[in-house]
Amino acid sequence: MRSIDANVIVSEVKRMCIECNYQIGSDVKESFLRALKTEKSPLGGRIIGDLLKNAEIAAQGELPICQDTGMAVVFVEIGIDVTIRHMSLKDAINEGVRQGYKEGYLRKSVVSDPIIRKNSGDNTPAVIHYEVVDGDRLNITVASKGFGSENMSALKMLKPADGIDGIENFVVDTIEKAGSNPCPPIIVGVGIGGTFEKAALLAKKALMRPIGKCHPFEHIAELEKRLLSRINTLNIGPQGLGGTTTALGVNAEVYPTHIAGLPVAVNINCHASRHLTHEF
Amino acid sequence: MKNIRTPLTEAVVQSLCAGDEVLLSGVIYTARDAAHMRMLENLDHLPFDLKGQIIYYSGASPTRPSKAIGSCGPTTSGRMDEMTPKLLDLGLKGMIGKGDRDASVISAMCRNDAVYFIAIGGAGALIADSVVENTVIAYEDLGPEAVKKMVVKDMKLIVAIDATGKSLYKK
Repeated sequence: MRSIDANVIVSEVKRMCIECNYQIGSDVKESFLRALKTEKSPLGGRIIGDLLKNAEIAAQGELPICQDTGMAVVFVEIGIDVTIRHMSLKDAINEGVRQGYKEGYLRKSVVSDPIIRKNSGDNTPAVIHYEVVDGDRLNITVASKGFGSENMSALKMLKPADGIDGIENFVVDTIEKAGSNPCPPIIVGVGIGGTFEKAALLAKKALMRPIGKCHPFEHIAELEKRLLSRINTLNIGPQGLGGTTTALGVNAEVYPTHIAGLPVAVNINCHASRHLTHEF
Repeated sequence: MKNIRTPLTEAVVQSLCAGDEVLLSGVIYTARDAAHMRMLENLDHLPFDLKGQIIYYSGASPTRPSKAIGSCGPTTSGRMDEMTPKLLDLGLKGMIGKGDRDASVISAMCRNDAVYFIAIGGAGALIADSVVENTVIAYEDLGPEAVKKMVVKDMKLIVAIDATGKSLYKK
């Protein structure tokens, strides 16, 4: 049995909340530098240039990349041979979020009740997804999920007969409807299969994969490529003002499903795409 | 690039065309979802006189002691669409946000000579550089959604929809 001090989890979660809000991923930066050369719209190119400038200012550590510093979504992979001492895992994660958002000057964007809508004041609680695995490892991923892009996400229960064309059309329609709202250039996460809630979770998990790293299954990697190409011909472009850089990447995840169903979820991330993982 | 100042006059509004890139200086007011809902419930006691003014749909991140403001980019304007025509009818002359507006907003803009600007969504750190002063003036209990008075200098904006209803989003 491996024992991990909850205080270490608190400080790592805090660090990840702060770091992911001040540094854009190297995958996003590389995609932007490529897009500067390929973007057909002059205004679109200037916007990408401004987003790179924005990232430079944020990296100096005084201003977050975006004022919407998100709701913390935390993926936990915990081995059955791990115990946490001093605090529950959930409390440790929420404490890390609380400290990170306070000390990092990050916006508190969480309301304690979706209907009463009073701000919780410390950006807690986080949305936590636990996965129990074999062995004694503990991996925690923290994603600060902004809602401009979250609001444009969608899920549909397709029919098996809709097939791959139905999946592609639903994804492309969702991005077309989202238009300028999710602050394009975006990253698109697609979850296919499982059940209603499994598809949504797969779509979110797909966003944690670096841009350009394709799915190990050939037919899914090809689907990702086709989707990226179709989305970038929609002429939404940077900020929805036209152009060829609407999405920087499309990542899909799949899971076995029922004979009667074909759930498909589309989760959108803006370029800030804030997420970090720590192996304890 | 045109230089414009607040409060906006009718002549300035009428001179702006969709697609124009402008540098805005002067006082603007921030309000987003919760502040709009509260303003509409208290139209007789608005936190500032709307005449000639601009509302910026933004909820900044907290201000560090060394800075005038935190990151402060625009939020999605469409969520304010249902609440905007009433404010335009009361004298509001401009909005700053991101994304398209619905037909009811555009028609209220045409009838009141108002303009809709966009700032770059996701460039909140860059935009913060053009904010000189920032004071909460109402609804402090709303936290990041409180109404703030901001003094901006050379804030880089694009006219997305002009007072004739012409829009950058209509392809």
